[in-house]
Amino acid sequence: MSKQKLVIIGNGMVGHRFIEDFVEKADLDKFEITAFCEEPRVAYDRVHLSSYFSHHTADELSLVKEGFYEKHNINVLIGERALTINRQEKVIHSQTGRAVYYDKLVMATGSYPWVPDIKGNESKDCFVYRTIEDLNAIEATARRSKNGVVVGGGLLGLEAAGALKALGVETHVIEFAPVLMAEQLDQQGGQMLRQKIESIGVNVHTGKNTKEIVVGGEKSRNTMQFADGSELEIDFIVFSTGIRPQDKLAKQCGLATARRGGISINNQCETSDPDIYAIGECASWNEKFFGLVAPGYNMAKVAVDNILGRDNEFSGADMSAKLKLLGVDVGSIGDANGRTPDCKSYVYLDENSSVYKRIIVSQDGKRLLGAVLVGDTESYSDLLQYTLNDIELPKHPDSLILPAHAGAKTGGLGVDALPETAQVCSCFDVKKSDIADAVAAGHTTIGAVKMETGAGTGCGGCVPLITQVLNAELAKQGVEVKNHLCEHFEYSRQELFHLIRIEGIKTFKELLEKYGKGYGCEVCKPTVGSILASCWSDYILSSDNNGLQDTNDIFLGNMQKDGTYSVIPRMAGGEVTPKGLAVVAKVAEQYELYTKITGAQRIGLFGAHKSDLPDIWSQLIEAGFETGQAYAKALRMVKTCVGSTWCRFGVQDSVGLGVELENRYKGLRTPHKMKFGVSGCTRECAEAQGKDVGIIATDSGWNLYVCGNGGMKPQHAELLASDLDKQTLIKYLDRFMMFYVRTADKLTRTSVWLQNLSGGIDYLKEVIVDNKLGINEQLEKEMAQAIASYQCEWTTTLSDQESLQRFAHFINSDLQDDNVVFTPERDQKRPAFIEEKAPTYNISLEEA
Amino acid sequence: MSSWIRVCELKSIFPATGVCALVDGKQVAIFRPSDEEQVYAVNNMDPFARANVLSRGLICQHQEQLWVASPLKKQRFNLLDGSCLENSEVSVEAYKARVTDGFVEVHL
Repeated sequence: MSKQKLVIIGNGMVGHRFIEDFVEKADLDKFEITAFCEEPRVAYDRVHLSSYFSHHTADELSLVKEGFYEKHNINVLIGERALTINRQEKVIHSQTGRAVYYDKLVMATGSYPWVPDIKGNESKDCFVYRTIEDLNAIEATARRSKNGVVVGGGLLGLEAAGALKALGVETHVIEFAPVLMAEQLDQQGGQMLRQKIESIGVNVHTGKNTKEIVVGGEKSRNTMQFADGSELEIDFIVFSTGIRPQDKLAKQCGLATARRGGISINNQCETSDPDIYAIGECASWNEKFFGLVAPGYNMAKVAVDNILGRDNEFSGADMSAKLKLLGVDVGSIGDANGRTPDCKSYVYLDENSSVYKRIIVSQDGKRLLGAVLVGDTESYSDLLQYTLNDIELPKHPDSLILPAHAGAKTGGLGVDALPETAQVCSCFDVKKSDIADAVAAGHTTIGAVKMETGAGTGCGGCVPLITQVLNAELAKQGVEVKNHLCEHFEYSRQELFHLIRIEGIKTFKELLEKYGKGYGCEVCKPTVGSILASCWSDYILSSDNNGLQDTNDIFLGNMQKDGTYSVIPRMAGGEVTPKGLAVVAKVAEQYELYTKITGAQRIGLFGAHKSDLPDIWSQLIEAGFETGQAYAKALRMVKTCVGSTWCRFGVQDSVGLGVELENRYKGLRTPHKMKFGVSGCTRECAEAQGKDVGIIATDSGWNLYVCGNGGMKPQHAELLASDLDKQTLIKYLDRFMMFYVRTADKLTRTSVWLQNLSGGIDYLKEVIVDNKLGINEQLEKEMAQAIASYQCEWTTTLSDQESLQRFAHFINSDLQDDNVVFTPERDQKRPAFIEEKAPTYNISLEEA
Repeated sequence: MSSWIRVCELKSIFPATGVCALVDGKQVAIFRPSDEEQVYAVNNMDPFARANVLSRGLICQHQEQLWVASPLKKQRFNLLDGSCLENSEVSVEAYKARVTDGFVEVHL
């Protein structure tokens, strides 16, 4: 039996979703599947396109799991465009001359950005905002520009404006209509949004009709001329004036298309040719096309079912949306403009904190028809559930949008009020019952539920709701989520931190007596030691807490595989004087230490006997060095590029800032090691975005990124705030560091900590920037105390005769460990392999 | 016939830490879990890494018994019999130890 030939034209989000769904449902042995992908890469997440500017990796956006197409034997023609369809012969010809035959054809050709017919719009300074290639071009141009404008004040336009702002150029938005986001917001909502956006420095111009773009200007490269006679000088222009269905191929082969564009489809997603389906933005259903991803995913599902002979119909789509534009929370549900006959509205306006909420209800006041939320979208999920599931409104619907102090219904709708069939994730059509099933099957973390059900992996707007359902289901099962430190403390690190600080506990013994049991172990001892050090900044080796420390912290060096230690003096920001280098060289020669530049821009000396450490360090300290804390869970170093002092591209003094920050935070004990990076310009030579704290210079200040790391699971840092002056930057950093020290679990790097913070980077911004928890003053104070009590642990140790005794290898002999043996290698030395050592140490184990 | 060998003063070992002593040519790790007169002794060599480091490990309690966690890769060895919690096939030599007149004594 010959296989049925299935061809998909278009490998965007919807085209790929179709294939995923098909692979899941169909017997693939019966099909030969070919997909045309015009772009140079397979499907990627266009919804989160702007995030590309912060991580710059196309892979991060990719929707295709590695090896997915190969595994299912799907032939993807990357970079190949379908040119013609011959419906009589059922064959497609591509631009390379290839002919691909089909039995069933699915068109997922998407849309193209529509650019108004303005004279001068073909200039090389004009862009659209749709593909990764567009973004690369915009970024390259932004680098040589002072200002830029987005034409179009809709959802995507404001998203683009946010990207321009983040790229560090003066940003303008031009809208033809009198309000922003006219599609989703009513007039007052649009007005509130405008105020908020202007307050962060974006220039909004509404009611402007662009006539012509002329090359040249007094200060900028181009001048825009408007119908009202006004002008705006601007370096470059991004058009975001709407999209149009890509129906060129359909027209070429004579398929029926809609009057306003788009390939006409019926409820089964069939076009006028029953062997051809159309899905996503290219399709027009009842003379409507949908520019959101959720309806496209729905159509993909309908098309898969119909091709496989199952019943399924497309019945329109919910166009509600919740998003954050330029830092402003915006939500729009259903009939946001109140166009339903006889509907009634409730409005809440708070000009003090710039919040506007409006709900539109049916005449009898029982059903929610629509909502507009600006500045506060906390009630979005609840409101959406009222409309989607047709839940009857409470007697006083205004209680849904009032703040708690004004009599709001607290606690929200509650997931228990939702029917089992309630749609939780509209992108992947996941119901409440699907999530409950996944939890019952043992997927008990938010990550596992997302992976199992697909919920929350589209736009991500439903993640808080998924979390609620997950927690409710776990509670039903009687599962208690435990993060106890260990068998000796039934508290998390965070809880212990608070107990220690609030009760002023100074020793492990005291804590164990009050809140723990037993003797303690290798997990709780160093964790508590670290908390005590961060809270009270006492010398980490004080005799009370001596037994808590890992050997690294006791002997102030990193133990190597043979029991010797490394010696790494601090070289803040990677700076070292020639004179300092000479001392390092002298010490290394005298004690025959292996010498290497470490990954942290400093010099490491390896192979030091424990008993030699005090002598080595006293020489280094005499020459002005101090400990680098390379052995500690603490700030290791600040990596810097040379910056504006020497580099011809640098725009700020990155070394100066790096040295200052390293000296500010050195020695502070943190839940895990921390690394910083400071780059003097956007070329990012310090790789700051791969660090716990990454700072990148802009023309007007510093952009602050947090919670990235290299290592085993590399993670890009996320933007916390931009264009900061140094004073504000340091203030934010103080708060960030202390908040992390206070709240992270044991041995949790900042990236993992952020992933576990519910609300993620947005929540962190609210805490650090907006002082949501009201603790910032306290955090700054605690940091100031910690900084004031810094001491070089080696200097202190050397001045204490008693603690120096501990460095001898034997308590009863001056001999050194004769099992430490070295072998020459590349003009230095390395630890000898076991077989190279004296036979006495070849102790055979009972089979180890 | 071996006998008790005097090694060092008890007060030279900080409570909750260990030291290494050279006893009859052997490297012996001696631990003092608390400020009381209780000490333990095992061979100082970590059998996994074959490095003389156990005296620098953290003393810990699991299954109601005391162990030392190797400072290299954290395998735990029982302070009484030298057995390894992670791998029952591996062990270190354990020695008798006591405190007499303020001095630590080991019996090999």
